[in-house]
Amino acid sequence: MTQLLNVKDLRAYYGQVQALHGLSFSLNEGSLTTLLGANGAGKTTTLRAICNMVRSTGAIEFEGKPLTNRSTENIVRFGIAHVPQGRGTFTNMTVEENLQLGAITRKDNASIVSDIERMYAHFPVLKQRHTQQAGTLSGGEQQMLAVARALMLRPRLMLLDEPSFGLAPLVVRDLFGILGKINREDKVTILVVEQNAQLALELADQAYVIETGRIVMSGNAKDIANNEDIRKSYLGY
Amino acid sequence: MELFTNQILAGIATGAIYACMALAVVMIYQAIDHLNFAQGEMAMFATFVSWQLMQWGVPYWGAFALTLVFAFAGGIVIERVLFKPLAKAPILTNVAGFIALFAIINSCAGLIWDFTIKQYPTPFGSAPFLGSQLISTHQAGMIGVTLLLLIGLFFFFQYTRIGLAMRAAAALPESARLVGINTSWMIALGWGMASAIGAIAGMLIAPVVFLEPNMMGGVLIYGFAAAVLGGLTSPFGAVVGGFLMGVFENLAGTYIPGVGNELKLPIALALIISVLVVKPAGLFGRHIVKRV
Repeated sequence: MTQLLNVKDLRAYYGQVQALHGLSFSLNEGSLTTLLGANGAGKTTTLRAICNMVRSTGAIEFEGKPLTNRSTENIVRFGIAHVPQGRGTFTNMTVEENLQLGAITRKDNASIVSDIERMYAHFPVLKQRHTQQAGTLSGGEQQMLAVARALMLRPRLMLLDEPSFGLAPLVVRDLFGILGKINREDKVTILVVEQNAQLALELADQAYVIETGRIVMSGNAKDIANNEDIRKSYLGY
Repeated sequence: MELFTNQILAGIATGAIYACMALAVVMIYQAIDHLNFAQGEMAMFATFVSWQLMQWGVPYWGAFALTLVFAFAGGIVIERVLFKPLAKAPILTNVAGFIALFAIINSCAGLIWDFTIKQYPTPFGSAPFLGSQLISTHQAGMIGVTLLLLIGLFFFFQYTRIGLAMRAAAALPESARLVGINTSWMIALGWGMASAIGAIAGMLIAPVVFLEPNMMGGVLIYGFAAAVLGGLTSPFGAVVGGFLMGVFENLAGTYIPGVGNELKLPIALALIISVLVVKPAGLFGRHIVKRV
């Protein structure tokens, strides 16, 4: 299997404080990987470092091309869509404008229009509300919109930061179902950061566990879910 | 009655200039969250450039177009050289930058073209508009140009990709970068557009106030006031605010005893304060609907 993303010895800093201490991991093309860990372990920082939104050192390669020292907007153009924590919704714009913004780097106008229709098929609730201000959507709907906006890039890799945060359990199931479908049908490689380890392990095929800025465990998601020691010491369920 | 209509129309005509300046102010405010104190001086300098071009024999509309290009490019250069490095600096540093820019441009204009008052031509003529004694063709032209500008900006921001990208960059820079928008260039573009809009205001008002390095001082205050009145986040509000300012100023000067020409400005500003007490975001300021 080919590696889509390869991260080596990633160290990240907030001012003088070091948040990541030499993280290395890789994502196989077409995989759905989850990055687990407690609050403050460095999950969000890892995603932000991939998109150069935090000062970092180390090597990050996407399809063999180095991403280091590129600007965030440049990295996005490689086909890396990042759904940030808090969803990053353009609240004062309409749902449809949010989707158009997701495709703002693309030039193929005709397929942008058809992609918007495809998103409405994935997420019917967005179609009902396409002229509404995005800020008026519920939390779950905004998360759907954030995922749809990211997909409008036609990404090769999608990074999701705590998509389950603040959502009702049923909505989370729904959302994770859709993520699985996107991964299988649209062949989008997904890296999802989660605190809800149980759910994330059901969804993912690969898993990494990080603690205080270091990878402490990696492997097949099923194996990690079935290993009681790991569950108790790192995942807390 | 005729005096009344007359004053309203004249007010709308000067209001058109305030509206233009207010549009420029709003453009910058949207892009960088600051008011650009040097906006008026940039407009004045561009107007001088157009005057110089005409002195060299370029016809009016040719000079007009060249000046817009110059102002647009100049705005971008100023942002790249002066304000991009200050982007993360505290507000006061930026304010100091604006004031420095104000002084530099003002002095340069004085140095190059000196401080004597110069005649400036109008492309619309100064005959009575449609045979009416109420407003001149130049005043009608100013109103027309302002409205065209507003409509143009509306379509630009609402229906073009680059307009959408600029709105996104202004609203949420981090999210904008995450969809691949180069927010830094969007800000530069905002500067360029604001500078060009200011140049239009300068060239329209120069026939009325005459051309000299301090011509925009008063206009900029009105432009700020109009922008604040209409809501700093709304181009439409800025234009309405500009027209309201012009009309109110004229009516107050004519009908309130003892106001006359000297007290017009304070009265108009007092009105704005009273409006803002009731509507702090301005008349058309953005009201963001959010679920809690």
